[in-house]
Amino acid sequence: MSAAPETVGRDEPHHGRNFAIIWAVATAIMVPVSIWVIGPHIPPGSLTDDTRAQHALDVALTALSMPVLMLVWVYLAYAVINFRSDPASETIVDGPPIRGNSRIQATWLIVSAVVVIGLAAYGTVDLLTENGAGGGQGSNPLAKPSDAKSALQVQVIGQQWLWTFRYPGYGGVETAQLMLPVNREIEFHVTSLDVVHSFWAIELGVKADAVPGADNIAYVKIFRKGSFQVRCDELCGLWHGHMNTTGHIVSGAKFDSWIHATATKYAAVTKTLPKYSLTYYPTPTRNG
Amino acid sequence: MRVRLLAVVATFAALIALVAVYVVYFLESGPPAVAAVINRDGSANLTLQVVGAYGQHPFPDWVSYLVKDPSGKWRHTTIWKLPAHTLVHVTIYQFDTQTGLRNNFLAEIRGTVGGVADYTDVGDAGKGSGLANYDNTPLSVLPPAEPAHTFTVPDLDLSVPLVGVSATANNICSASPCAMSYAHNTIAFSFRTPGAGTYRWQCFVPCALGFLYGFGGPMQTIGYMDGLLEVA
Amino acid sequence: MEAADLPLSTHRTVHPAWRELLSFNVIWAVVLAIVGYIVGHALGNTIAQHSAAELNPGGSDQEDIAVLLGMLGSIVGWIGGLGFFNYPLKRIAGRAPSLHEGEEQGMWRYFKLCTDHKVVAMQYLVGTLFFFFVAGLNAMFIRTELTSSNATLFPAGNYLSLVGLHGTMMLTMMSAGVIGPLGNWLVPIMIGARRMAFPRIESLTMWITVLAGFVLLSATLLGGFPTGWTGYAPLADQARLGIDAYLVSFLLIGIALVLVGINILVTVVTLRAPGMTWNRLPIFVWAMVTTSILAVLAAPVLAAALYMVMSDRSIETTFFISSSGGSPFLWDELFWFFGHPEVYILALPGFGIVLEILPVFARKPLWGYRLAVAGMFGVALMSFMVWQHHLFMSGINANLRPFYMFTTELISIPTGVIFLNGFGTLWKAKIRFTVPMLFCLAFFFNFLIGGLSGVFLSDVTSDVVTHGSFFVMAHFHYTIMGGLVFALMGGIYYWLPKMTGFNLNQTLAKLHFWMMFIFFNLTFFPLFAAGMLGMPRRVSSYNASLHTLNVFVSIMAFCLGLSMLIFLGNLVWSLVLKRERASDNPWHSKSLEWQIPTPVPVYNFEHIPTITGDPYGYGLPEAPVVDFGRRGAVAAEAGA
Repeated sequence: MSAAPETVGRDEPHHGRNFAIIWAVATAIMVPVSIWVIGPHIPPGSLTDDTRAQHALDVALTALSMPVLMLVWVYLAYAVINFRSDPASETIVDGPPIRGNSRIQATWLIVSAVVVIGLAAYGTVDLLTENGAGGGQGSNPLAKPSDAKSALQVQVIGQQWLWTFRYPGYGGVETAQLMLPVNREIEFHVTSLDVVHSFWAIELGVKADAVPGADNIAYVKIFRKGSFQVRCDELCGLWHGHMNTTGHIVSGAKFDSWIHATATKYAAVTKTLPKYSLTYYPTPTRNG
Repeated sequence: MRVRLLAVVATFAALIALVAVYVVYFLESGPPAVAAVINRDGSANLTLQVVGAYGQHPFPDWVSYLVKDPSGKWRHTTIWKLPAHTLVHVTIYQFDTQTGLRNNFLAEIRGTVGGVADYTDVGDAGKGSGLANYDNTPLSVLPPAEPAHTFTVPDLDLSVPLVGVSATANNICSASPCAMSYAHNTIAFSFRTPGAGTYRWQCFVPCALGFLYGFGGPMQTIGYMDGLLEVA
Repeated sequence: MEAADLPLSTHRTVHPAWRELLSFNVIWAVVLAIVGYIVGHALGNTIAQHSAAELNPGGSDQEDIAVLLGMLGSIVGWIGGLGFFNYPLKRIAGRAPSLHEGEEQGMWRYFKLCTDHKVVAMQYLVGTLFFFFVAGLNAMFIRTELTSSNATLFPAGNYLSLVGLHGTMMLTMMSAGVIGPLGNWLVPIMIGARRMAFPRIESLTMWITVLAGFVLLSATLLGGFPTGWTGYAPLADQARLGIDAYLVSFLLIGIALVLVGINILVTVVTLRAPGMTWNRLPIFVWAMVTTSILAVLAAPVLAAALYMVMSDRSIETTFFISSSGGSPFLWDELFWFFGHPEVYILALPGFGIVLEILPVFARKPLWGYRLAVAGMFGVALMSFMVWQHHLFMSGINANLRPFYMFTTELISIPTGVIFLNGFGTLWKAKIRFTVPMLFCLAFFFNFLIGGLSGVFLSDVTSDVVTHGSFFVMAHFHYTIMGGLVFALMGGIYYWLPKMTGFNLNQTLAKLHFWMMFIFFNLTFFPLFAAGMLGMPRRVSSYNASLHTLNVFVSIMAFCLGLSMLIFLGNLVWSLVLKRERASDNPWHSKSLEWQIPTPVPVYNFEHIPTITGDPYGYGLPEAPVVDFGRRGAVAAEAGA
């Protein structure tokens, strides 16, 4: 039922060269587009050192993925247009019996390996130089900022279904409101009292899981005043999607006055709180 | 062919019926909304009771809130309708025994008018237990071991811990709705509703017997220890 | 054992309906499952009531013990009602073995234990497609809820159950989705065998998978479960009874995965026809082999983790409770150690289908066959070395993150090889744009986007933004739905004429393809943006600024659902109503399964064939794959 392939004619187009040219042109267009047209619109903004690092990396990754995207799209389009069977033909004609090409296979493997290892190296260097880029690094962070010792410590406590915040440097006062000073290194210690939550402040570029019995540290330095959303990013039960709050970034002086006023207001409750610690072990069982 | 067509139609009809059952009895299952009482001066009254055991099917031993509807009947629902931008007077009759807070931060009364709530022991609710005896006492913070439950609306920063009945009290209510003759505490406070919207509320005392961290079961079920304020 | 020496059942009696009703079949399975549940539940209550006070008699522990033992009872009842205990009991009693059960002609064989692998495959197809549609319906409800940024159509707890049911049902059913119907049907025939190595176990895995689906649905009767498909402890320890249904259902699937994997591996190793050397094995069979390796090695870890949660919930162990010496990280690690190979259990069969179908409609041999096999083994091996990328933000030791970033990036090398194979096959081809071919081309388009988004996720700095958000959702829907499900659809349109003997309507098929492709992309591509703009997973209330985007996505999702209804309509119309007979080889394929008559006889091959080539001999008119002339030849033919 099927016929042998036609012998290659003298005016057979140079598919390889044609495809390569189209691909090169497409890549040359899309890489700058991804950096200068798409890039500025990529979240999460430039409010903090973490978000700037995330944004820069995402722009780089978008630009680097353009050659791959164009390779596949251009090839698929090229093949679909140029390598069709003749629909008018009654018999089914076979293509040439090409089973492989070791040079192309080797080239593909080597290039993809180089690209991938390069990406991993770039990602690692980026992560280490950007102080962990806002992600929770566990209790023993690998990438600490140079001014970590003078950072403002803020403990984020996740509980079902409310975020509270303790400031150990101000008597361990606990509030449900998150206020942060601008232009100061902040060291978040994220933990939980019951199940696994995740502290996600996208505008700050911070995400760290709140695990009971564990201390998860993330760093950020914020460059402008404003407000930001805090959401829970790990399913924690009924009100997981409603465990939201709004945080505020204010000047250093305003932060000082606020925290002292809050400490005074909540002095009675603060006396009854357990001593500030990196993890808490409330009793787990039955009936509290 | 016709027999097969009939079989196909019948099968699809049966499947659609099953889907309808799934939606109505499972996905949409939940308590109805009940409105607060509107007073002549425009303010609203919300009257609640909190019980240690609901006492009825399907979860007789679960703790629960109940609300008094405008006709005076106690209804088992935690979805309450309140008018917007209104002063709401809340009265809570608390019949459950004390458990204590997991996070003592919630012992603070926040978001009420004046920053206080009035506490009263009725019957022998606080007797002989080391719990203080309250008599219309306004408080801005409660001793953290005393609450049996809290009424907290995180989005409005409103939180009122509800003092618990002493475990050694004489007539502790065991099934809802509880009559006023049983030992209970009365907590009264007022707050202003904001603009229209739906605001979730929950209890923060880990009082769910038998569940890890005391937060399973009724603590995660709307109709018992969680609910919604539908402000319109 | 020489395949040709198996005794063929020559006594084909069709029993009267009353006798079929009374013999072991699914009706008795249901009845005995209910009885078993009641017995187990009562037994559980009795045990728990007399337990020590620490085990909370009368409380939630007793309920868990009762429900878990009840489910165990229903599993035993289900399996017994189908007759799976008959063979072992008969052998213990000294009776002679029978290698064939339920293979008599007639529709009844589809409702009982049948050792014909083709029947098991069809049962699998109906079962997995049924649950696929149920899970898809749940997805439609999820998208309905998400049309509003804060109002609740479904109360919050029910919404979480919806999310969990959709995810768990899709993942469990699609893990079996290719290896069940297509793996079981094709592997014996493609290697020239009459049956699988363990036909009874094959049937058992199918019935267990179907039971697992119904057990999962029973969660709705137990109040639902709040953890999503990932079942994170300690929330799983805290949840109500519905999560026991999730645990038992997933455990059953784990057991089924192990058994299916062993079955396929033993079949391929021992039952290949003469001449079927490893070099001639169809790429689809290689995909089944690598998937089976993953299933056998990874699923037991899941089973262990699930069992630990069951024990935490019922007898108060503290595996996952940090204040008593356990750790939530234990669940994270155990679950994702299984969880990552699990997604390759989903992806590899997709690769196999696409690379198997592409040569037929490109009319060219599979390009780079050995590289494709190496790529599949590379993916399988490396999938065990990347799982911490699900935990980058969880507070794992910070030193681990660069390492797992590296291994995760590396796994894209063998994955990319599949693309190279596909492209090489298309080079200078004579492409026929049949519906299976369209699905294969769409596979490459979709999986590319899925794979590239995976590169973003594997980079820790970028993952800080996107972990746990709708970006991840879009990523795995592109790889699993855009990849596996599209490939599965292609495989169904390709092989169903052979499996059922009936043609599928091509107009409806083309309509289904185009709608599915267009609306799938329109549904999921915007979700990358939703994730990067801050929308977490599994929430029913989100930032109001994302409202328009979500409404758009929901409308597109409803259209996608409509395309799936067209698919269902095509199946019903073509297979139940119209029933137009298919020819033996409508696609003019050179693969072995198309060289036998349609419908395929019970014994597959009249004589065990001698294999003389691989199935990709396009371009050379004299390249046959099989020689049916010689019976039971032992020596492999040279050449080809």
